[in-house]
Amino acid sequence: MDEAMWAFGRVSGFISLALFTATVLLGILTRSGRPLIALPRFSVTLLHRNFALLASVFLGLHVGSLLLDSYAKLNPIDVLVPFLGSYRPFWQGLGTVALDLVLAIVITGLLRHRIGQRTFKAVHWLSYAMWPIALAHAIGNGTDGTGKWFLILAAASVAAVGGAGAWRLSATFLETSKARQGGMP
Amino acid sequence: MSDTLHIDWTKCDGRGLCTELLPALLARDDWGYPVSRRSRSGNRTDVPIGADSLDAAADAVRLCPRLALSLVGERTSRRA
Amino acid sequence: MTPPDTSLAETLRPQAPAGTFRLFAAGDYAGLQEHLSVFGALDTGSIGPDFIGVLEASGLTGRGGAAFASWRKMAATAESGSAGILPSRPVVIANGAEGEPLSFKDRTLLANSPHLVLDGLLAANRAVAGSQMYLYAAPDSLAGVAGAIAERPDARRIRLVPAPETFVAGEASAVVNAIATGTALPLDKRRRLSEAGLKGRPTLVLNVETLAHIGLIARYGAAWFRSTGSPADPGTRLLTVSGPGPVQVQEVPGNAALGTILHDAGIDARALSAVLVGGYHGRWVRPLDYRISPSGPDGQAVRPGAGVILALPADQCGLAATARILNYLAGESAKQCGPCMFGLPAMAGVLHRIASGEPNPQLPRELDRLSKLVSGRGACHHPDGTVQLVHSALEIFADDVKAHLSGRCMREDGRTA
Repeated sequence: MDEAMWAFGRVSGFISLALFTATVLLGILTRSGRPLIALPRFSVTLLHRNFALLASVFLGLHVGSLLLDSYAKLNPIDVLVPFLGSYRPFWQGLGTVALDLVLAIVITGLLRHRIGQRTFKAVHWLSYAMWPIALAHAIGNGTDGTGKWFLILAAASVAAVGGAGAWRLSATFLETSKARQGGMP
Repeated sequence: MSDTLHIDWTKCDGRGLCTELLPALLARDDWGYPVSRRSRSGNRTDVPIGADSLDAAADAVRLCPRLALSLVGERTSRRA
Repeated sequence: MTPPDTSLAETLRPQAPAGTFRLFAAGDYAGLQEHLSVFGALDTGSIGPDFIGVLEASGLTGRGGAAFASWRKMAATAESGSAGILPSRPVVIANGAEGEPLSFKDRTLLANSPHLVLDGLLAANRAVAGSQMYLYAAPDSLAGVAGAIAERPDARRIRLVPAPETFVAGEASAVVNAIATGTALPLDKRRRLSEAGLKGRPTLVLNVETLAHIGLIARYGAAWFRSTGSPADPGTRLLTVSGPGPVQVQEVPGNAALGTILHDAGIDARALSAVLVGGYHGRWVRPLDYRISPSGPDGQAVRPGAGVILALPADQCGLAATARILNYLAGESAKQCGPCMFGLPAMAGVLHRIASGEPNPQLPRELDRLSKLVSGRGACHHPDGTVQLVHSALEIFADDVKAHLSGRCMREDGRTA
């Protein structure tokens, strides 16, 4: 049983990270106001949201299964308070930080209409911090984190998110950038 | 009688989701902002919504990335 | 201008100013002493909700630009102030912000007749059972008003708020925003200010000239107010007249003839190519037999707007003048609303190309398309006012447009803009 929990904890963590990577990419695409080939803008937005929620579910499974697993020796306090763990406290702490950030981002996302755009946006920006922290946690804490295939995947993810980030900061990021910079259409 | 979709121009950033959800009611201008295809005496800030578009309009309100849209029922507002 | 009507004057209180010289009757920079000796005392404490009926009978319309019936605004505010389970008492704001570069009437009024404005503010506050009063104007005007308030104990509760010198700072929701947050930018209006304005309270924003008229109507009544002007446009209004000569502020009767206004300002109407009426959000007209009135048929009446008259000498190019104004208006966009932020500079760019003589027949059509795109799409009426100005320019200067498109200008100073 324990063996299963341990394996499930590792797999769910990996899936969660992969989904969060896709979420960040979709989020940047949503911000650009562009459709995704045949997918309209509202579908991109919904996809971004649903990927985020699914990623959060797997994050919950990841944490939950490792809490129940005796080998991981995860203390309930470690779930929310970082850097107190017994095994690799720094790398595990990064995971805790990422979890806290995800909680903040998801809760403010769900309450967007209540709390207003300003608060939502301020917290949502933390996504850009959450993702690299979560990746660092996976590399530093994961059993396979320094494995060759994982590092290759991680490098590809960094390239994708980094590239999207650079695109985000470029002058032609918005679908309407050109028209808004002036000039007759 | 009918409901209206109110556009808060101070929040709208012209991301285009509402125009996809309500293509019969909203077009996009040169800069991406929604343009009501119909107007009530020149007002294109409160877009009249027919019963058949009410669900799509509610989706637009929910999904607008800038929270710039709101549905205003004539029953609930505008006394004077 | 109008000879005093003696038979009417006998039925009025002795102090009632006759004719159209009303708002400045107490003289230059009138202090409380001069104010009281000319207009008599006003017991604002005796004013109640029934005063709204007096205002309705007077036919007073707002003098800030929109020319909305003042009594309606007041009635809506008073109603919101008493409605609901937990009624909140209204706020009354005297709006003296005058962002129109061509308008000087409100600051002239505040400098010369501050007590009349204060009387009107106190009267309006009583009529709507208001709880707070503000006077919002440029810092230069506020110094004089503060002096006037110091002269009388009944006005001590009026709070003074400085207005920035931007074009949109006087828009009603920008006024409320400026008082609430210090930022004079227009707000989205899902609900009317008369329902929920400053801190959610029912809010009445009235132009200072409107309030000065209210100060007089509270004394002399509706019939006196209507004794000048026309039945549809009673009373007097202040105009800022500029052109070849020095800038003047005139008090004219309602429905005044444009020709008379120009004549009184010493401007020869025959030496003009056009007249801009209403300010930068107004309309160009040929100096014909127009009447200055908020209502009336299009070809005969032109709306006073912010009370601005600008005479354009015949040797100046109206297109170049309009292009300069449009540049200014585009720069004065609050840059909150996309269609205005991007549409006005685009319009200004196209008009500038027409004004500078680019022989491209597509340009007027493009200007028209952009006008249609921006109108009715903003938190305030800045785009709509701008579109009105451009429309009138294309209509009035249609011959100039044709000439420009063929590469020449009909006016001597054209092509220099």
